[in-house]
Amino acid sequence: MKYLRKYPFLGPLVAVVVVYVIFAIVAPGSFTRAENLTTMAGQTVVVGIAASGMTLVMLLGGIDLSVGSNVALSTVVCALCMRAGAPAILAAAAAMASGLLSGLVNGALVTTLRITPFIVTLGTMRALRGLAKGLADEQKIDAPSSGLDALVAPLPPGYGWALFPPGVWIMLATSGLVAAMLVYTKGGRHIVAIGSNEATARLCGVRVERVKWLVYGLAGLFAGLAGVMEFSTLTVGDPTDSVGLELEVIAAVVIGGGSLAGGEGSVAGALFGALLMTVIRTGSTYLGIDNWVQDIVTGGIVVTAVALDRARRASETRR
Amino acid sequence: MSGVVAQGVTKAYGATTALAGVDLDVRAGEVHALLGENGAGKSTLVKILAGAVRPDGGRLTLDGAPFAPKDPAAARAAGVRLVSQERALCPHMTVEENVLLGGEPTRFGVLKREEARAIAARALLAIDPTGAKKHRLRPDALVRDLGPGERQLVEIARAITEPRCRLLLLDEPTSSLGADDVEALFAVVSRLREAGLAVVYISHHLDEIRRIADRFTVIRDGRTAGTGRVAEATPADIVTMMAGRSIEDLYPRSPRVPGDVVLSTQDLAGAGLPVRASLVLRRGEVLGIAGLVGSGRTELLRAIFGLDRVRRGEVRVGAYVGPASPAARLAQGVGLLSEDRGGEGLALGLTIADNVTLSRLVGLGPLGFVTPARMRAAAARFIEKLGVVCAGPDAPVGSLSGGNQQKVALARLLYHDVDVLLLDEPTRGVDVGARAAIYALIDRLACESNKAVLVVSSAAEELVGIADRIAVMHKGELGPARPVGELDVRAVMLEQAGAS
Repeated sequence: MKYLRKYPFLGPLVAVVVVYVIFAIVAPGSFTRAENLTTMAGQTVVVGIAASGMTLVMLLGGIDLSVGSNVALSTVVCALCMRAGAPAILAAAAAMASGLLSGLVNGALVTTLRITPFIVTLGTMRALRGLAKGLADEQKIDAPSSGLDALVAPLPPGYGWALFPPGVWIMLATSGLVAAMLVYTKGGRHIVAIGSNEATARLCGVRVERVKWLVYGLAGLFAGLAGVMEFSTLTVGDPTDSVGLELEVIAAVVIGGGSLAGGEGSVAGALFGALLMTVIRTGSTYLGIDNWVQDIVTGGIVVTAVALDRARRASETRR
Repeated sequence: MSGVVAQGVTKAYGATTALAGVDLDVRAGEVHALLGENGAGKSTLVKILAGAVRPDGGRLTLDGAPFAPKDPAAARAAGVRLVSQERALCPHMTVEENVLLGGEPTRFGVLKREEARAIAARALLAIDPTGAKKHRLRPDALVRDLGPGERQLVEIARAITEPRCRLLLLDEPTSSLGADDVEALFAVVSRLREAGLAVVYISHHLDEIRRIADRFTVIRDGRTAGTGRVAEATPADIVTMMAGRSIEDLYPRSPRVPGDVVLSTQDLAGAGLPVRASLVLRRGEVLGIAGLVGSGRTELLRAIFGLDRVRRGEVRVGAYVGPASPAARLAQGVGLLSEDRGGEGLALGLTIADNVTLSRLVGLGPLGFVTPARMRAAAARFIEKLGVVCAGPDAPVGSLSGGNQQKVALARLLYHDVDVLLLDEPTRGVDVGARAAIYALIDRLACESNKAVLVVSSAAEELVGIADRIAVMHKGELGPARPVGELDVRAVMLEQAGAS
């Protein structure tokens, strides 16, 4: 209990291990093969990266519903650049820039118009989706994906030493950076302070508006990066892609110990939350369980995670 | 000359004048009490000093130099720190993080952990030099695990980490503290005074002022009504300055004739508190429950009203025996006034009319519909009856002063026409004028309307003033109720501290 409180990601970590072991026992032997682990890690990348940004936003007490649309827009931007013959690195940078820009718009609307983030991002969710469709002329954009396609694809022979595809390492690196920022920097502590008690943070001289603006910008940047990963998976730019992704990302953060009320959340926890959903999806596929069952199970896990967290909290305060 | 001086400070919000010319002179090395009824302008003055509000006119000087902070950050930089009435801490963060918040030592944005630790340790040493609270006030303890007293100390620690801190503003620092915590706070404030800080201390408790303050200034209607040395003024003098009336009128008492028993409990125990409580309440009487904060008084009322689970024992209301939901209790004619006015008692964003009629939305329109006009009319009756100072029934409750908010909360019980009133700290955060009005109302309810009133209060003096009988709660056990004739303030205080 004490450890769980200090390291909130232990809960979802245990859940991932337990669920994995269960599938390892009941699913066909191929489930436990190393390649499958690599594949599952690769499938977690998009949600995992976006979850880093969402963790920051939810720590603030905010929410970002525009993540899915933002990812779709990024795939379109990325594809357009690639089709125009831009080098892979430039296309990826353009996609991330579009994500960052969208996030900064979210932040500007939240801080200057003082509308609740739910409403602001509900609006930008539609608007960004429309922008993506307009840019793509309502079609999928075929583009050469050379260079970017290796991000989440299985490692080519001879590169086994890398263990995971580059995308997974990028996800781990960004998560590590964000987690370190939260603990070791002034800005990170200010994010938690705002989510915990905004009035106090303001009283103590924290520049609340600026911090919020930057956090929404960062969340957009991560959505853009997630979009690059999504493009790498799809190898096309698709304006209708990732509908509902934001809910999966929010679920990952919540499973990881995040609270919609702000002040709580863990980047590592969100990562394990994302991984948990992937393991369930993959394991169910191995067992031939229908998609609709997976949906029900995932939904149940979100609610159970929060219920367990509350029960733990209640037992602590009773103590 | 060191200290802060305000001369002829004025401030108006639209048509409302908050300050009409206030003078204040606080010297370094003294604790200066700022007194006045709610709405007199104390808070506005303190906010001006803290840089949160800019004055319209007048002059401020700090240590002889002109002082006109443009925002809280500027006031902080000049060495002025406010510890406000609302607990301004981040519950999810540690003591150390809260103490340093906004002033973290960094290099290129990265926290300097060693230095942060040292600053926090120094601040904690200053507020807890004997180490008496060392086991709770650890730098890595989460603030949400701390009690109200410790939280208060953390806030002061934060204020004094500023090396240039010269003026400390304490706005009702004891309003949610128990007796032990008040002692710890006074010890800290005394040390800060010896260290040469100027301290402005706002409180409604004159006994606190007498113990801790050197001089006082009374504000009434936005003007300085008087100032002087605490030792040279009697409480009666001060109250007269505050209210413009004398203290004898504070506790009116008409002859009361106790009638039938309407509420009784037998060995009542809640989930945690109370442990055992038996009481009998009759029509036409006021029963006072004394006790320290945390002794289980609030929990007793909540258990009776059905807000908390009853683990053991029985509650009898009229002919009805057994536990019941709050809705059922209201139907039986029992109403509760919450101690937490802003959080539970009132919907601050809603209007007076909404709040008054909330518990009984019947008979306010045709066919069971509710019409705004009827709601307003119903509320208007009680606004007049209780003398609520407001713009009208459509005014949001959040815009009222504490005393007027409390009158609205009481109006709801009267509108519902309950027979048994459970009043939890009915005068907390309420100024002298509104307190007198509330005492008079309680007296009228018991005497003229033949209601039964159960009052919980931390102020022994208040209970002795208004109750017919008083029972003392100590560590969850409710003692026998005794007539006030056999008790005095000292006896109640001794008993609630467990000394008898």
